[in-house]
Amino acid sequence: MNWITNFVRPRINSMLGRRDIPENLWIKDPDSGEMVFHKDLESNQWVIPSSGHHMKISAKERLKFFFDNGEYEALENPKVVLDPLKFRDEKRYTDRLKEAKAKTQLEDAILSATGTIEGLPIVATVQDFAFMGGSLGMAAGEAIVKAFETALARKRPMVLFAASGGARMQEGILSLMQLPRTTVGVDRLKEAGLPYIVVLTNPTTGGVTASYAMLGDVHIAEPGALIGFAGPRVIEQTIREKLPDGFQRAEYLMEHGMVDMVVSRLEMKSTVARLLKILLKTPLPQEAAEPEILPPVPVAPETRPHV
Amino acid sequence: MYNYLDFEKPVQDLEGKILELKKLSESGEAVDVGDEIARLEKRVQEALREIYRALTPWQKVQVARHADRPHCLDYVKSLFTDFTPLAGDRKFGEDAAIVGGFARFRGEPVAVIGQEKGSDTKSRLKHNFGSVRPEGYRKAVRIMELADRFKVPMISLVDTAGAYPGIGAEERGQAEAIARSTSACLALSVPTMSVVIGEGGSGGAIAIATANRVYMLEHSVYSVISPEGAASILWRDTTRSKEAATNMKITAQDLLDLKIIDGIIPEPIGGAQRAPDTVVKATGDLIARTLGEFAQSNADFREHRREKYLAMGRSL
Repeated sequence: MNWITNFVRPRINSMLGRRDIPENLWIKDPDSGEMVFHKDLESNQWVIPSSGHHMKISAKERLKFFFDNGEYEALENPKVVLDPLKFRDEKRYTDRLKEAKAKTQLEDAILSATGTIEGLPIVATVQDFAFMGGSLGMAAGEAIVKAFETALARKRPMVLFAASGGARMQEGILSLMQLPRTTVGVDRLKEAGLPYIVVLTNPTTGGVTASYAMLGDVHIAEPGALIGFAGPRVIEQTIREKLPDGFQRAEYLMEHGMVDMVVSRLEMKSTVARLLKILLKTPLPQEAAEPEILPPVPVAPETRPHV
Repeated sequence: MYNYLDFEKPVQDLEGKILELKKLSESGEAVDVGDEIARLEKRVQEALREIYRALTPWQKVQVARHADRPHCLDYVKSLFTDFTPLAGDRKFGEDAAIVGGFARFRGEPVAVIGQEKGSDTKSRLKHNFGSVRPEGYRKAVRIMELADRFKVPMISLVDTAGAYPGIGAEERGQAEAIARSTSACLALSVPTMSVVIGEGGSGGAIAIATANRVYMLEHSVYSVISPEGAASILWRDTTRSKEAATNMKITAQDLLDLKIIDGIIPEPIGGAQRAPDTVVKATGDLIARTLGEFAQSNADFREHRREKYLAMGRSL
């Protein structure tokens, strides 16, 4: 333990990509150990350029990179009863909430917005892991319900970026009730024929996967993201066995049929836009009357190079 | 041999004495112990009433998990006729942690689903202690969809510590299976009711407990995570489960106050485990009354269910 671990690292973690970052910070790639200049990381959406490791990204930055020109209209999160159980562990829950708000500049773990991606109007909801582990309580649940209702009212597709350790224990059963509540939002959107894309990011576990995060029409995962119902520690304790390599990682889930594709954050916007435009039957842009580049002339089979 | 809980010590002592007296009487060494036994039995009832009137949340967890408590199949056998269990998810396998199928309740066709914990080592293993794997939830979805097609009301009996955390369960999409099952509960056009008869453990419970009416037995519990799990996460110390049980508000009384459930089924003095027939009958009467109300109603049950869940927590 030294000054770096006690002070600098928490500060970096708490402010990932936010204002007031000193100019000279270097960040270590958890995969290779390589040191990366934070500006390079920030401009690369917090994907380490050499290894492709996806670091956590704040909800605000996520929206900024995802929407056209970084422009979006944030949806106001509905007000809910704070601390309905008067919960206290080492600290009062209300104090934990205050700290999380100060740290993230968010009201709770959810930030929703409307805007366009490659010209297509959508509603996007992002879960910020920095706010109490992205945990799902009444405020987050209500914000998600509102995002689905907004998408439904404006007849827009919904894109949800999940990142969460699961239910927020400090809200007890009210937190569990967010599973059916958010599911109502998903179901109504689907009934209206609007697409719902889930992007699973690192990590997405617990009650969040057991509801809206696993009910997408299409599931896209970021590389290496931990995705599962029970946490690895719980499973190991239950079965008393080592877990297989790559267990509960995005690639493993794809192999087991739980996600449709694993897509780099850098390709996320174009992938989602392309897919949504097909699902929504968006007409292709008018082709120029005379193409400037002539289409390639078919090559006779025998002259084709062997592949 | 009755399984006493640690806080039932006074009762255990009294009943021990009664047993001794009865033995003496049988062996002919003592005469006329009847009065004494009657006196002691009265004291047992008083002690039980005293203890059970003021159970702490953690004590309720222990009662809810009591091995002698009636389990799902006990209710099914007593309350339903023509029970025809269905098996398998048509995708991977059969999971006996969920029992379910079609039956008649006092003559009327119904669908019934529940988690079964088992009652001895063999049956506990068969039912995986009531911890459901994805196949179980997918079987539940099958039964729900059939209930919807054939327009019969659905009853679910909830009793699980939680969905099973295992490698296979994760690989086969435990989270997705739970999410789909909750979604199926919400989608039904037929009326549904759910009774938490023991433990309502987190997502593993809500997957079948999302219903138009939800009831709990007096000493059952329903929570987002087990008290042990919460203590482990909050304090990295499972010995603080008692505290977690209290802080999380997991009792039937708490859930009624929070407007999560619609009512509580009283248990006999000393808990359901002391008089299983009484509690099964009380549950049956409540099912009869609720199904009667459903039959009288021309509500849109799906819409009612959705609005009911959306309203939760909005007026606390």
